[in-house]
Amino acid sequence: MNEYIEWGALANVLIVGILVGAGLPALFALGVRILAAPGARNEAGKVSTARLVGAWACFGVVIAAVAGAIYFLASGGH
Amino acid sequence: MVGVTEPVLLGIVIATALAFDFTNGFHDTGNAMATSIATRALKPKQAVILSAVLNMVGAFLSLTVAATIATGIVDANIVTLEVVLAGLAGGITWNLITWLFGIPSSSSHALVGGVVGAVLAAAGTSGVLWTGLTAKVLIPALVAPVVAIIVASIGTALVTRFTKDVPEKDNDRMFRWGQIGSASLVSLAHGTNDAQKSMGIILLALIAAGAVPADSGVPFWVIFSCALAMALGTYMGGWRVIRTLGKGLVELSSRQGMAAETSSAAVILLSSHFGYSLSTTHVATGSILGSGVGMKGASVRWSVAGRMFAAWLITVPSAALVGAVAFWIDDAFGGGTLGSYVVFGLLVLVSGLIYLASRRKPVNHANVNDEWDPVEDKEAYIAESVSVHRPEKMKVKRKELKRSKRRAAKREAAELARLEEQARLEAERSLHEPLEPEGQRAPRKDSGR
Repeated sequence: MNEYIEWGALANVLIVGILVGAGLPALFALGVRILAAPGARNEAGKVSTARLVGAWACFGVVIAAVAGAIYFLASGGH
Repeated sequence: MVGVTEPVLLGIVIATALAFDFTNGFHDTGNAMATSIATRALKPKQAVILSAVLNMVGAFLSLTVAATIATGIVDANIVTLEVVLAGLAGGITWNLITWLFGIPSSSSHALVGGVVGAVLAAAGTSGVLWTGLTAKVLIPALVAPVVAIIVASIGTALVTRFTKDVPEKDNDRMFRWGQIGSASLVSLAHGTNDAQKSMGIILLALIAAGAVPADSGVPFWVIFSCALAMALGTYMGGWRVIRTLGKGLVELSSRQGMAAETSSAAVILLSSHFGYSLSTTHVATGSILGSGVGMKGASVRWSVAGRMFAAWLITVPSAALVGAVAFWIDDAFGGGTLGSYVVFGLLVLVSGLIYLASRRKPVNHANVNDEWDPVEDKEAYIAESVSVHRPEKMKVKRKELKRSKRRAAKREAAELARLEEQARLEAERSLHEPLEPEGQRAPRKDSGR
């Protein structure tokens, strides 16, 4: 640890930041892809149940992360 | 309030702290909402209302107020009410100036800068803890955008890769929701973090004046008025800053906007979790830049970004200068009540002047999303027109323009004359139709012309 830069904290922010800050949008994008990629709809124009479950699993993780963030804020973590 | 010493001074400090809270709100609306406004996920008015409400909620969400400002940056023993007032004046002035130029800059850095300047004026260089200032303010200002650019560019690259064959319409529809969610989180975090600063200042002032006991919690009216001042500021919308963030740096799509805003939220929350606080403004700007870096075919206006970085570097010194001057003025009028009146009056005057200057070229909810005017950014515009081979877009010298206009006019006149001549000959020929020999003269005349 340096006097001017807290390398440890900075590395934590960067690594976890990439995991969460890039991972969550990627997961969301995966959900969108499962729902709306070409071929996601069958002849009747319906999205299959498996795809719906998969997509909402992705969105669910994202929503849970947001809820966690709000809890973090409310518990004075700032 | 019994036994309050210097009630007028206390009142002025509280009013100034609330004014700072107001500028903080309206300066930082863009951090959360600029991307949603630019990609039209929300209408401009809706966006600022949402952000204002969430700022207000955020201010009430957590009440662990640190009753200190600039801890570890200046010597706490020197921080008197006069110093706080001068510091606030520096912060407010710098916030308004950067707003006038549409530059997003950190409100907390402006406040720290103002306080540092006031302390320098009050106690000299020994009053400032330089190591703390470097480690907690100056270096994080450089680190924050870099971290945010890295995170947002990775996020954007992944998102665009995953959704590249999804129809544009579906992408927009779903990512707009993601954008609103992540932007709301940034607003909420801003409310909890930044409203606390003004609450802390007011609490300090109350304790210093003896209006509340030293171990007092924050009175409800303080929480409420701080939350309200910030929400009002947010609702006013710093449209100039929103415009720069949303339209000036990168032409944003909803996918980029969502990735950028999620990265902002994640980096801001994580940095406070790991105890390495990064400025919301720096992170949000870095994230938007990163969303341009990570997307293939997106161009980033680095000249606008460069101007912004420059503003961040001079934020602390400039606010410090204003803070120092404010303290000197206060001191020159004997400090205490009279000096504070003068400083407060000057602050109102300066704010009014800046507001008047802003009216000359207003930016509001109606034109916030207009195309980025090339005049605002000549260099990038020329670079762009060269890179896409549209030389006619490049600037031409006025003299050359005139000359070419004259040439064009001459050409037009010649063309007109030729057409007239032709018509005349035609008429002549039809007139002399029956006389064969004379009809032969016509071609000769034509060639002679």
